[in-house]
Amino acid sequence: MSVLRRSPEFLVPAALVVATALLGLEVSVYLQAYFIDTLVKVAIVVALYVFIGNSGVLSFGHISFVALGAWTAGVLTVPELQKRLVMQGLAHSLLTTNVGNIASLALAAGVGLVAALAVGLPLMRLSGLAAGIATFAVLEITNNVLTYDQALGPGVNAFSAVPSTTGIWQATIGALICIGIAFLYQLSRFGRMLRATREDPAAAAAAGISTHRQRLLAFALSGGLSGLAGGLYVHLQPLTASGVYLDLTFITLAMLVVGGSGSLLGAVVGALAVSGLDSFLSAAVNGVDVFGWQFHVRNGTPEIVVGTLMAVVLIFRPTGITGGRELSLPRRRRRVADLEKARATT
Amino acid sequence: MTVAFLNLTWPTFANGLALGGIYALMAVGIGLVFGVLRLVNFAYGQLIMAGAFALAFGAQWNFPNWLSILFCFGVVLALSVLMDRLVFRPLRTHSPAVMLVATFAVAFLLQSVALLAFGGLGKSAGQFAFLNTPVDILGVEIKEIAVISVATAAGCLIVLQLLLVRTAVGLHLRAASMDFRTARLLGVRANRVIAGAVIVSGLFAAVAALMLSVEQSQVVSTFGLQETIYVLAGVVLGGLNRPVPATLGGFSIGFAIGILGGALPSNQTQYLPSFIFAAVIVVLLVRPNGLFTRGGGAVERV
Repeated sequence: MSVLRRSPEFLVPAALVVATALLGLEVSVYLQAYFIDTLVKVAIVVALYVFIGNSGVLSFGHISFVALGAWTAGVLTVPELQKRLVMQGLAHSLLTTNVGNIASLALAAGVGLVAALAVGLPLMRLSGLAAGIATFAVLEITNNVLTYDQALGPGVNAFSAVPSTTGIWQATIGALICIGIAFLYQLSRFGRMLRATREDPAAAAAAGISTHRQRLLAFALSGGLSGLAGGLYVHLQPLTASGVYLDLTFITLAMLVVGGSGSLLGAVVGALAVSGLDSFLSAAVNGVDVFGWQFHVRNGTPEIVVGTLMAVVLIFRPTGITGGRELSLPRRRRRVADLEKARATT
Repeated sequence: MTVAFLNLTWPTFANGLALGGIYALMAVGIGLVFGVLRLVNFAYGQLIMAGAFALAFGAQWNFPNWLSILFCFGVVLALSVLMDRLVFRPLRTHSPAVMLVATFAVAFLLQSVALLAFGGLGKSAGQFAFLNTPVDILGVEIKEIAVISVATAAGCLIVLQLLLVRTAVGLHLRAASMDFRTARLLGVRANRVIAGAVIVSGLFAAVAALMLSVEQSQVVSTFGLQETIYVLAGVVLGGLNRPVPATLGGFSIGFAIGILGGALPSNQTQYLPSFIFAAVIVVLLVRPNGLFTRGGGAVERV
């Protein structure tokens, strides 16, 4: 019965995503791009959450899997003729290989998964600051290689001529897949074991849980979801290597932290709230019309507002808007309350 | 043989030393604050950026050089004290991860403010560019700034060491970074010690801004960002818990970058960050507690 009782953990975030998509259908094509972007951000943040939220270990390296996914899906879908024009240094096998939209997304997820597994195998032994710096190093290396290696993609240039297949529905389905997998994972015994290591590493180890193995599993899974999100991202807009680097790392971490990194609901709420604010302000740089009132901000304002918001949330509510809590049907909540009471008395 | 392949020359070596010196100062700045607050300050680079912008304004307003330098120190110190008051102090009781993310936010906030205020092209701080001229030392042409950097870094580190070992403030600082709670119980004033660390850290950021602005006279909003990322890696690499290993870590990464940057064949220098960070990962895997620390490192379980 626990699946039914915990189903709101999936249904509420999913409903929020679908509501966003439906809202996106009502607006102009120009504004719809922001909604699609928001949905892709939801996918990225949920991917981040699968690892960071469940393990409690900070990772600055996830955007490198997004970048790898984007490169995979991008290179494999640009028509060969265009590839010869815009990516002249491309390796021959990549030049001649072309797959469809869905296959490219699946391959992007696969590449993200394999890369995360390979990187995580040694790195997941680290914890604390060493883990933070090591994952940062992964991001730096990925960005450095993708920026300069012309055999893998467009190098310093933007990914032009990628078919823009990520419309509002593809983005919605992608985000829903990420949320669904994240939900199933945290419902599974693996998710529970990883959460146990987060709460008390010593007790978890005493119960026979291998922290390394559980973290690696979550890291690989979240790498795969990151790759998928990267694939969605490259099909949305012409990406550059600098577009999947520090700024994206910052904004997605900000979303996760503002929403509350402890829960799936927090990840989705944070992504929607921050991305909504960011999109609104970005649109306002060119001027938006709010119920007949012209709203204008200067270039750079979105970053300042988001940065301030993140700092303020961290200072006053370090567990995020949702406080790291999931929504569930009442019975469970009572039991948790009882548990807390029991714990308080012992 | 490797020397022939690496094309190592004396000026390259001197540049390595100079960069190592600057990075060592930055490492001390980050390490001191970490010692007392357990906070890794990702926004350290933005202090340096602010200092460099102060220099650029000094150049624009035709300040005499001493006034520009003073202005740079003033701006950086004010900003670091402000950062401590507004962000670090309310966060003091939170977990290290939360604090790291918060400084990440501050870094991007300051960078965006700079971008908004000074534009994408930035400003020019060229008043010290004359230090780029080479001088003849024992028959080797070495840039003046390299000599100055090495001398300044060494001087700063010696003064800091004296401060830490010979004065009461230094004693308090060392005590607080060993065990903050016990130090407080023994009468060390928390706020004063933290203020001391923040001020010294700010001073070193200003010195780093001065040195870095000589070679990068065009100051943009990302000034000091890449350097800070390297130094953070270096500091963790050396061992964050003690000042000396942290400094050595910062120095070695700067030295390595200086040497490899000058000595690698030109078609490979673009992959320099990859080499450096790959080395960082390998070292962290072998010695997660730091390269220059001895033993210890056991996890405390209470």
